[in-house]
Amino acid sequence: MKDLNYIQKFKEFKIDFRAYTLFFALIIIWLLFGSLTGGVFLSTRNFSNLLRQMTIISFLAIGMTPVIITGNIDLSVGSMTGFISVIAAYLQAIIFPTLLPGLFPSLSIESLGIISTVVTVIVCLFIGLIIGLGQGYIIAYGGVPAFIVTLGGQFVLKGGILGVTQGKTIIPIEDSLRVMAQGYLSTYTGIVIAIIAIIIIFISTLQNRAKKKQYGIKIRSIGLDLFVASVFSVLILVFTFMMNSYRGIQIPVLIMATFAIIVTYIMNNTRFGRHIYAVGGNKEATRLSGINVKKVVLKTYAMMGILCGVSGIILTGYVAAGTTSGGTNYELSAIGGCVMGGTSLMGGIGTVFGAVIGTLIMTSLENGMSVMNMSVFWQYIVKGSILVLAVYLDVTSRKNKA
Amino acid sequence: MKDDLILKIKNVTKDFPGVRALSDVSFNIKRGDIHGICGENGAGKSTLVKILAGVYPYNTYQGSIYFNEKELKLTSSSIEEAIKEGIATVYQELVLVPCLTAGENIFLGREPIDQRRVVNWNKLFTDTKEILAKYKLNVPLFAKLSTLSVGQQQMVEIAKALSREVKLLILDEPTSALTDSEANSLMEILKNLKNSGVTCIYISHRLDEFCKIADTITVLRDGQVVDTVRAIDSNEEKIIAMMVGREMKKRFPNKLSKPGKKILEVKDLSVFLKNKSVIKNVSFNLKKGEILGIAGLMGSGRTELVTALFGEYGNQITGDILLEGKSIKINSAEDAIKYGISLVPEDRKEKGLVLIQEIFKNISLPNLKQFSTRLNIDKYKELQECKKYADYLSIKTPSLFTITESLSGGNQQKVVIAKWLMSNPKILILDDPTRGIDVGTKYEIYNLINKLAEKGVGIIMISSELEEVLGISDRIMVMHEGQCAGILERKEATQEKIMALATNIKKINRYD
Repeated sequence: MKDLNYIQKFKEFKIDFRAYTLFFALIIIWLLFGSLTGGVFLSTRNFSNLLRQMTIISFLAIGMTPVIITGNIDLSVGSMTGFISVIAAYLQAIIFPTLLPGLFPSLSIESLGIISTVVTVIVCLFIGLIIGLGQGYIIAYGGVPAFIVTLGGQFVLKGGILGVTQGKTIIPIEDSLRVMAQGYLSTYTGIVIAIIAIIIIFISTLQNRAKKKQYGIKIRSIGLDLFVASVFSVLILVFTFMMNSYRGIQIPVLIMATFAIIVTYIMNNTRFGRHIYAVGGNKEATRLSGINVKKVVLKTYAMMGILCGVSGIILTGYVAAGTTSGGTNYELSAIGGCVMGGTSLMGGIGTVFGAVIGTLIMTSLENGMSVMNMSVFWQYIVKGSILVLAVYLDVTSRKNKA
Repeated sequence: MKDDLILKIKNVTKDFPGVRALSDVSFNIKRGDIHGICGENGAGKSTLVKILAGVYPYNTYQGSIYFNEKELKLTSSSIEEAIKEGIATVYQELVLVPCLTAGENIFLGREPIDQRRVVNWNKLFTDTKEILAKYKLNVPLFAKLSTLSVGQQQMVEIAKALSREVKLLILDEPTSALTDSEANSLMEILKNLKNSGVTCIYISHRLDEFCKIADTITVLRDGQVVDTVRAIDSNEEKIIAMMVGREMKKRFPNKLSKPGKKILEVKDLSVFLKNKSVIKNVSFNLKKGEILGIAGLMGSGRTELVTALFGEYGNQITGDILLEGKSIKINSAEDAIKYGISLVPEDRKEKGLVLIQEIFKNISLPNLKQFSTRLNIDKYKELQECKKYADYLSIKTPSLFTITESLSGGNQQKVVIAKWLMSNPKILILDDPTRGIDVGTKYEIYNLINKLAEKGVGIIMISSELEEVLGISDRIMVMHEGQCAGILERKEATQEKIMALATNIKKINRYD
């Protein structure tokens, strides 16, 4: 313990073993479906579809991770997504077409469409935030179990969906909103974004080295660091070119990546993130450390609400309509994704990255089985069984380690 | 005449990581005796009980135990097996189902059934009644456990053990949670048991009880047997001498500094919980650089007193708290920390640590503001700071990234202390900080407390060990049933005086 080696053991070989196992499982599933479908599954076109399919659930899984880590749950996210989705459709199809031309008579139809979309997005995120805060408040300050509050919320919001739609599908949706969910980046933009990402990776690698030096922490050889950074860069480039060979990087996938990065950052690099893990690990000890546990829980639900808003907006853009069935059962897929990705329902453990990969696995199963033309009833049975199996394996492996 | 021995313990040694809890323990217990075992906290009493009760099965310790002339080999760590052999244990913490009646608890898991495989309630209640009557246990038959007093609940626990036809009944500090009258009726029960041929092992820290009821007494110290004596040949002073048995000077470092200005003043503090008053009009003060020891039996309100100072009971307290002359209101842990009051809680696992997290995250948890902005934690600065405190306290660990759960008890406690040192408290409250910690680490903790006091930190330290309180405190406040029974200066304090205050106060307004 004399040297700073003490600190050094740091992460070097400890890059979350679980993440590797998840990757490994994902690749096996991909190869399996690739061979079962004669390569169709692995085509760039299908891949592109697969990623788009996962986005809507991913938003929910990203928001659900902090909620589950604090030891709570949110069963209302599917209905909330559906509710916000029909609100978005209602605004765009019914309210704004009559309201906006009156307010801005001089503008062209396209510009009105863009204004409509921008306002819709803001309103939807705000509604998500308010619903999240409301449920979070009842859970954190009212002391009602999260399971009950969000189960009730699920019903209330389902009622809300029917109230807004009156049982009908709401169309049309502005093109600009559809682009958010269905559009592709141009080849050129895709490459620019990839290059920016790569530059950020290298800069942060070097910055970290500088920081470590400053605090006298032993640093590994610059070659190794640059090699790791290069590997990530190559992966980003391969992905970009693969997507570009079809139609380009999808806008919703980019939005998803952005949110995943933001929430990961919050979880790892801010006090709020630390508090989330601490609350899940030991609520009592956290409270006695002078942390306002109730506020932490409230904030996780607020964040969840905003992500439901995002999810609802993308859902509307994707279906190009507001439907009564939108969002049904999404909460279960999202929770499934989190758990598959290693988030413990007991609280205290889990990562956003894991949740995204977990969702990708679940979506891959779904997509692969559809490509194979498997009956829907089998799809449900397989998905459910694999989820339980995955968690069983995880639980037993942890037991053996302990 | 050769003694009829029910239990022979031969050369039993039990190690935990870093601590030898029992070292070459040997003694015998005669059939039909009430055999008292006493010793300070950490002397190895509980470990011994856990071995006999099957919590630590055969092969997890060295040495051998003969029960009824047959070697005791409990394979699994289940108390069920020990009970089948005829050994049952009644623990300090009761393990009963509060929403069931006495009978249901006694026969839990082995309810009598009739030929239709339905519970035979008649038989269950008649059997219960019989057992209660046989051992003269006064417990209402149809009341739920939660409505009974602690003493009655304990009787149910005893009845549960006796219903299994046990030969050896172990009572682990049975009176610590009881009122005096309840403790007295427990003594009666034990005498009845003895008359009906049950052997008892009786563990307690109330020495007067031993002389009242025990036939034989074994004294443990630091995991070793000091001696086994006949109770008739002994008295409290002799037992204390055996329990303590070593020079005080070596165990406690000398405190050099003198207390300074008054930093904290508490006036008429009372705490009401569920309309019951747990702290009654306690007043005291604390000076800079002073170590104020708080002594008292378990349940005397000492923990409630310090947690009240840490904001636990919000507005359920009355009275004044003055910090550096200014009256303050402490409604939460957050407030307390803001005022510079830190608490190392009694139960480090439940209240002090996030066990599944890394050491550094535990140390920095209340102190994150020191190295973070709203948007970012400077992790390297955090690690550097944590390392400083980890080194200062010499926490033994391969790395700061080690999961806290895997540390030994002493090192876990150091992590809790490190966490609160980093917060730079003006007043540091420690609630029984050395409980379950080995002697070496204890000494380190005493040293540390002294160093803090020298720096001017006001220290309040609760301790279950009289010696410890005597060895380290400048003044000692003794608690009894929620009241301050007296405050003694270091010079005038003795174990006897403290014990007298902690136990013998006149009981007025007991049930208010």
